[in-house]
Amino acid sequence: MHGTRILEEADRLMTVCNSCRYCEGLCAVFPAMEMRRAFSDGDLNYLANLCHGCGACYTDCQFSPPHEFNVNVPQTLAVARNESYAAYVWPRAFSGAFARNGLVISIVAALSVAAFIFGFAAFHDRQVLFGVHTGPGAFYKLMPHNAMAALFGAAFLYAIVALFMGVRAFWRDIGEPVGMRADAGSIWQAIRDAGELRYLDGGGVGCFNEDDRPTDRRKIYHHLTFYGFGLCFASTSVATLYHYFLARQAPYPWWDLPVVLGTLGGIGLLIGPVGLLLEKWKRDPVLVDEKRLGMDVAFIVMLFLTSLTGMALLFLRATPAMGPLLALHLGVVFSLFVTMPYGKFVHGIYRFVALVRYARERRMMGHV
Amino acid sequence: MVDLKRRFDVLVIGGGNAALCAAISARRAGASVLVLEGAPKFYRGGNTRHTRNMRCAHDAATDILTGPYTEEEFWQDLLLVTGGETDEELAKFMIRESKDILNWIVEQGVRWQPSLGGTLSLGRTNSFFLGGGRAMLNALYLTAEQLGVQIIYDAEVADLHIEDGMFLAAHLKQPIDGATEIRASALVAAAGGFEANIEWLKEYWGEAADNFLIRGTPYNRGSILKMLLAKGVQDIGDPTQCHAVAIDARAPKFDGGIITRHDSVVFGIVVNKHAQRFYDEGEDIWPKRYAIWGRLVAAQPDQIAYIIFDSAVVTSFMPTLFPPIAGGTIAELAGKLELDPVALEKTITDFNAAVQPGTFDHTILDDCRTEGIMPQKTHWARKIEAAPYLAYPVRPGITFTYLGTRVNKQSRMVMKDGKPSANMFAAGEIMAGNVLGKGYAAGIGMTIGSVFGRVAGREAAKNAKN
Repeated sequence: MHGTRILEEADRLMTVCNSCRYCEGLCAVFPAMEMRRAFSDGDLNYLANLCHGCGACYTDCQFSPPHEFNVNVPQTLAVARNESYAAYVWPRAFSGAFARNGLVISIVAALSVAAFIFGFAAFHDRQVLFGVHTGPGAFYKLMPHNAMAALFGAAFLYAIVALFMGVRAFWRDIGEPVGMRADAGSIWQAIRDAGELRYLDGGGVGCFNEDDRPTDRRKIYHHLTFYGFGLCFASTSVATLYHYFLARQAPYPWWDLPVVLGTLGGIGLLIGPVGLLLEKWKRDPVLVDEKRLGMDVAFIVMLFLTSLTGMALLFLRATPAMGPLLALHLGVVFSLFVTMPYGKFVHGIYRFVALVRYARERRMMGHV
Repeated sequence: MVDLKRRFDVLVIGGGNAALCAAISARRAGASVLVLEGAPKFYRGGNTRHTRNMRCAHDAATDILTGPYTEEEFWQDLLLVTGGETDEELAKFMIRESKDILNWIVEQGVRWQPSLGGTLSLGRTNSFFLGGGRAMLNALYLTAEQLGVQIIYDAEVADLHIEDGMFLAAHLKQPIDGATEIRASALVAAAGGFEANIEWLKEYWGEAADNFLIRGTPYNRGSILKMLLAKGVQDIGDPTQCHAVAIDARAPKFDGGIITRHDSVVFGIVVNKHAQRFYDEGEDIWPKRYAIWGRLVAAQPDQIAYIIFDSAVVTSFMPTLFPPIAGGTIAELAGKLELDPVALEKTITDFNAAVQPGTFDHTILDDCRTEGIMPQKTHWARKIEAAPYLAYPVRPGITFTYLGTRVNKQSRMVMKDGKPSANMFAAGEIMAGNVLGKGYAAGIGMTIGSVFGRVAGREAAKNAKN
């Protein structure tokens, strides 16, 4: 017996699939399944997070609906995956955040933006908020750098702690023995698998989205989003180093590394999320967890807004719009950070951990 | 929308591997092609949807095949499984052609992978479809559509208009876009056998056929085969025979596919409804033993049997869809199976007493055997003594039938008078009996389908152009 109905269904499907095994060449889920004859809650949550949702096993399955065996692995694992985020969340009290994620994240985002605008206005007179500021340190006329660093440092730290606690619970549930550490080789393998989205390709042909013709579009858009996010993060990191070690203050000229990284990342983070959203709207509902589409949409929209407000800030930073735009951008980024452990962002972390576990299992079983 | 008023160069009836290979091959040869698949789209492809590999000759190991499998070795294997019931010229032609099919089928979008978990014994001889038979079919359908092959589902053919061995038109059971008559210059019949036609099976098996389970879709009714034979095409293959394996009695009547099979026979004993053993469970190794048990169970009262084993061996074989039925004692197990507990206890006690010491190895014909009981268990005999005791109920699972249309090396049907048909070709299970008169070797059905499908399509296109 399992803790939830969806895990019961996942167990039923893994029993069907384990007596068939036709899909074992498609991705990591089925080889991992074959290493087991029975499935604990942790095993099923592990398989659910290992699944990248490419849909190939549904299209290829002779037992998918309308067949009476009713085998729908992508949808079942999508639901199980989303429920696993809530099951492992820290603190537990926030597990409900996943159920109405779109609403939660919009409220947090709206409040954050409002707080920054109010904050800027409250601590300064209106001239500052709507004034024209240029040159190094222009942003800090609205909010002192140390205050900004402390606030975002705290938000970021909180996100890391909450994510770490959740992932730790997940790792304990899926790993054996309890508290097992991963080896460097497995981590490196997982980095490579995640970095190229190795398992989001239907075993080589691409993802199944709106019909039975596979495409690489989701993979490409995800790469744009992920690496765009990575570049933006790198931009902020470089800027922080500039600030503390080179005593160079933002804003930087357009040719400087933080701006170049941020602009390239920002472009990726504009195109990628839009593409992902379009693909999501077209996607065959039979493959997805329809009840929690809001969570996916909320995260994608937040990423898009982060980039959009950042780019707007870059282009309009020498105008009176700079103040409100900075408040908007900081509000969006702040809410992105604090809601990270309670939304779609966690999929990347859990899936990465599942990939580490998979790499470890394969090593233990004597595979390369 | 398909214009059904026009005359097509090639009409393909059927929707599986052979049909699609024929359609693609004919289209690539420049013909206009219409495919009529009798099943709905989801169930398209007949038995192909449940397959997983193809047996092709090759002279050297490949990325996915662990070693060479020569034409001669393939031929010897075929001789062995058919007991010589094969057309040597046709079979050797097929084996030679199979070499190129390994590449040709990939050009049609099909992808290979190394042999599946649990089938390592086929790693040298058989190429496995990545994603299984339905993935293979999906790839062929996509390719066919991209090439401009017209495909209609739910298109059941009610009658064929054939005069003096010449195909003129097919008549649809239900009109499609107002059309009931489909005209074409050549016909490729690739519509399979009659394994899902219980009434037809009853002609040979009597009421016992009611207890058969059909492993494929309910659409494999053999109606095209019947029409062709009634209109002068020469038959081949034993009409009374079908390929049957033992599958779980709890499986659905149709389309349970591969996952209802049981290959645990060697790890225990098999009893009938009277709790009596009836055949040597340790006679031979896979896949031969796999293929005989359907027929053996079909010969038992009520066409039911029970594989009985104990909890010591439960992890020795692949996990099963349906869990074993368990009992803490033999009597309790007998109760759950509705068998006579006294009889089952006696059968197992007698069996255990007859087991001789030996060294168990399921990969070879080992020396674990019984002595002093009938039937003997000649290999892998070990005492059944570790509670809980376990059982799988099994019934005959009908896979395919052997009756077919005779063809020549062009895949062209041969008429009863021995003359080749003017414009009718056959490929796949509907003509498999030419090559496979008896028995089975894993993956050979797909070889027959792809090789003769490709040939039939090419020849039909050529025929239509003349």
